[in-house]
Amino acid sequence: MTNNKNISLSVNKVKYERSVEPRMLLSDFLRHELGLTGTHVGCEHGVCGACSILFDGQPVRSCLMFAVQANGHEILTIEGLGTINNLHPIQESFIEAHGLQCGFCTPGIIMTLVPFLEKNPNPDETEIRHAISGNICRCTGYQNIVEAVKIAAAKMSVVKSGDIAHT
Amino acid sequence: MKYIGKRIRRNEDPRLLTGQALFVDDVDIPGMLHAAFFRSDYAHARLKSIDVSAARERTGVIAVYTAEDMGDEWKPGPPLVSPPATVENVLFNSRTQPPLVRDKVRHAGEPIAVVVAESRYIAEDAVEDIIVDLEPLPAVVDLEKALEADSTLIHEDLGTNLAAQMAQSKGDYNKAKESAAVVIQKRIIIDRGAAAAMENRGVVAHWDAKSQHLTVWDTTQAPIPIRNGLASRLGLSVSQVRVVAPFLGGGFGPKMMMFYPEEMLIPWLSYKLAKPVKWIEDRRENFFATTQERVQIHDVEMALDNSGRILGICDDFLHDTGAYDPYGLTIPLNTQSHAMGCYDVPNFQSEIKVVFTNKIIATPIRGAGRPQGIYIVERMLDIAAKKLGLDPIEIRKRNFISPDAFPYEHNIIDQAFSPLIFDSGNYVLALDKAASLIGYDQFVKEEQPRLRSEGRHVGIGIVCYVETTGVGPYEGARITVEESGKINVATGVGTQGQGHFTSFAQIVSEQLRVDVRDVNVVTGDSAEFHWGTGTFASRGAVVAGNAIHAAAVVVRHKIFKLASELLNAPEEELELEDGQIRIADIPNMSISLGDLANKANPLRGAVEPGTEPGLEATAYFGPKYGATASGTHAMILEVDTETMMVEIKRYVVVEDCGTVLNPMILEGQIHGGVAMGIGNAFYEKLHYDENGQLLNASLADYLIPTATEVPQIIVGHEETLSPLNPLGAKGAGEAGAIPVPVLFAQALENALPEYDLEILETPLSPNRLFELLREKEKSR
Repeated sequence: MTNNKNISLSVNKVKYERSVEPRMLLSDFLRHELGLTGTHVGCEHGVCGACSILFDGQPVRSCLMFAVQANGHEILTIEGLGTINNLHPIQESFIEAHGLQCGFCTPGIIMTLVPFLEKNPNPDETEIRHAISGNICRCTGYQNIVEAVKIAAAKMSVVKSGDIAHT
Repeated sequence: MKYIGKRIRRNEDPRLLTGQALFVDDVDIPGMLHAAFFRSDYAHARLKSIDVSAARERTGVIAVYTAEDMGDEWKPGPPLVSPPATVENVLFNSRTQPPLVRDKVRHAGEPIAVVVAESRYIAEDAVEDIIVDLEPLPAVVDLEKALEADSTLIHEDLGTNLAAQMAQSKGDYNKAKESAAVVIQKRIIIDRGAAAAMENRGVVAHWDAKSQHLTVWDTTQAPIPIRNGLASRLGLSVSQVRVVAPFLGGGFGPKMMMFYPEEMLIPWLSYKLAKPVKWIEDRRENFFATTQERVQIHDVEMALDNSGRILGICDDFLHDTGAYDPYGLTIPLNTQSHAMGCYDVPNFQSEIKVVFTNKIIATPIRGAGRPQGIYIVERMLDIAAKKLGLDPIEIRKRNFISPDAFPYEHNIIDQAFSPLIFDSGNYVLALDKAASLIGYDQFVKEEQPRLRSEGRHVGIGIVCYVETTGVGPYEGARITVEESGKINVATGVGTQGQGHFTSFAQIVSEQLRVDVRDVNVVTGDSAEFHWGTGTFASRGAVVAGNAIHAAAVVVRHKIFKLASELLNAPEEELELEDGQIRIADIPNMSISLGDLANKANPLRGAVEPGTEPGLEATAYFGPKYGATASGTHAMILEVDTETMMVEIKRYVVVEDCGTVLNPMILEGQIHGGVAMGIGNAFYEKLHYDENGQLLNASLADYLIPTATEVPQIIVGHEETLSPLNPLGAKGAGEAGAIPVPVLFAQALENALPEYDLEILETPLSPNRLFELLREKEKSR
């Protein structure tokens, strides 16, 4: 394409330079150009929240942005949060509370929760439910997600206070 | 038991939580092409002409196909479940969907042409280049008008819009009615909803011409039937076709349609073009091209004596199958099978009429006809209880099938065309436990009067359900002890989030005494196991679970036999624990499962005639008939009569699915089912207009409950084991969703006594509740 634009961005702390069509969605760019398929696409109209990522630390729907808008910005996706052998406390809590079933919506929910728990380390149930109310999950009925967030909040406050180092 | 029944964390979670699990849209093959479909905007129209020349000329477009371009290879899909010849007095007009429209469009969204291009973006551009001339026809939307003599016909050759008709009866309803103290007659209307799995459908097909092999990744609940059907359609041996259902982002029924047009076309295109081809449905397509369910109109009568005992039920109903009827009578037969609920109904008569409409095809969604049946019987009991001045709990208890009456024969046939038999159950246990957990008496006697006196509209509901689960024909599994000491399990069913990688592993661990994390379960890959049907009808744990159990038992025998020879000790002196088999009294006389597997597959020496190498077994399980799960749901809600919003204050489920394999996973299934049921009851309705247009085809307009609409759910368990399988298991996947709409009806009526509401429809919504209350106010 002759009207491609060059973009330079950081994804999961790795610098990428690519030439993209201006109309390419950020979700498609992450998934199909960079191969970061952990970000899932559920509706492509910004309702379901499955494609949520962190954009300069803020949760955004990657299906509602173009890749060119990410030029010069920092993105974090689920792949950059924790690994199978070194899970983030939120990821651990989802295992402990059975906070996922098919797991399709889960990366978007977790990326939504990361800044939420940073800003609000001791949320109550109402706050948790409001925080995830922009993410649709068809499997869990949300109850165990809420439970997972409570566990994660406890873990993260312990990590922060330095009593137990997160390994 | 050491492993079964325990809250064991899921083996599959770390991959899913880190973005490392493979979903169909994650498949990427060098040189892969991308497909997009041109779909009809009209619900009913004649295709006069189609011009794809501009699309073909667009840079990056590889091919465009219409029905005409398919030539002799254009043919409608196979019917899935036709009634067998042994079923009498049934009319069945089978009409299945063609891959692309040739002459007539029968629902909005039906595919007319497919574009294959270098990227999805280009493919969608080219779809815009296609010009069609469609002559609109009147749309058939209303079920009753569809059956009028002058109705427009959807399949003209049939001369009718009647897709199927079947009547069943037991006893003599009309005679029973003569002696009844009370006869209640109502019309109940149930509308449509979507399954709306978070992952849309998708297919990636890769025909490798050099190896003459086709690999297909498909968001299907039934990979093996898809493999068999594709081989047959493409004229290939089944050994040339591998179908993989990798991780699926939810199923809930519609991913069990075989075949969707796209599911046949994408592999066909890959075969024709000798290139990998990917198609991923978008959310709008999911509303217009993925199957839906629930529309029925019931004219129902219930006859009771003055003590509230049901003498008989007569339920004639219309069922909307949409534009085609690939699933035959499955859904309405399920409705019929559940229209007597968990009650001893001596006289029953029911006629089904299945009707073609210009709407998206109806196939089973979580519940599959059962929510409608349960709605009918529970609603009629509620109305009868009011009329007779009985408590809703008491009228149910008076009618339950007694615990000593099992197996209970209904003398009608079920959706598998087999006699409907309830294998086991003890319904009063769940009802009593649910009443106690919700605090029924205390709420009714103390809390509710107090809150009412404060002007608050709080109501309670309690309803019961049965669910026929775990139907045949069979599933199978192969279990292998590997030389690492780890266990590999392969089964043919697909998995969509039910935790099979863990619950199936627990069944194996119970026999082979290894850590659950050392059991690797493979599902849904025809290259790993190629016999089976699929994940539907709450049958994974029952049918595949018992096949896995059977294979594990055989492997256990092999382990003991070989260890007995090697350790020179009788089998009864051996014990298997922690991946080691040892002589019970002499702990250092032991051998690990890995070493034993190695010795069972030697490089030298002889494997004796009549024996097999390795520690491996394949087994199958086919139940005689389904295992019947049951339970009770109870709820306290509050209505805000300004906004008509409903807040659920307390929700209780007591379920009985026989042996619980993993209570953590089971409770998760229940929570999710209830959430979907809440959607079905009060938020989710597909609005079709008189032209057959779906008006709310987006997640912004079709409202799925979020975390702020779904309450905490308290789950209690009863375990009435099924006598039909060695694990004693019954299915649980659909149960959560089944009784929720009828529970809403009862609780809403209870919350608004001054309106004397009689709710005879579902789904409701705040708007609809407002209308119902306004109608009541006007009529006063």
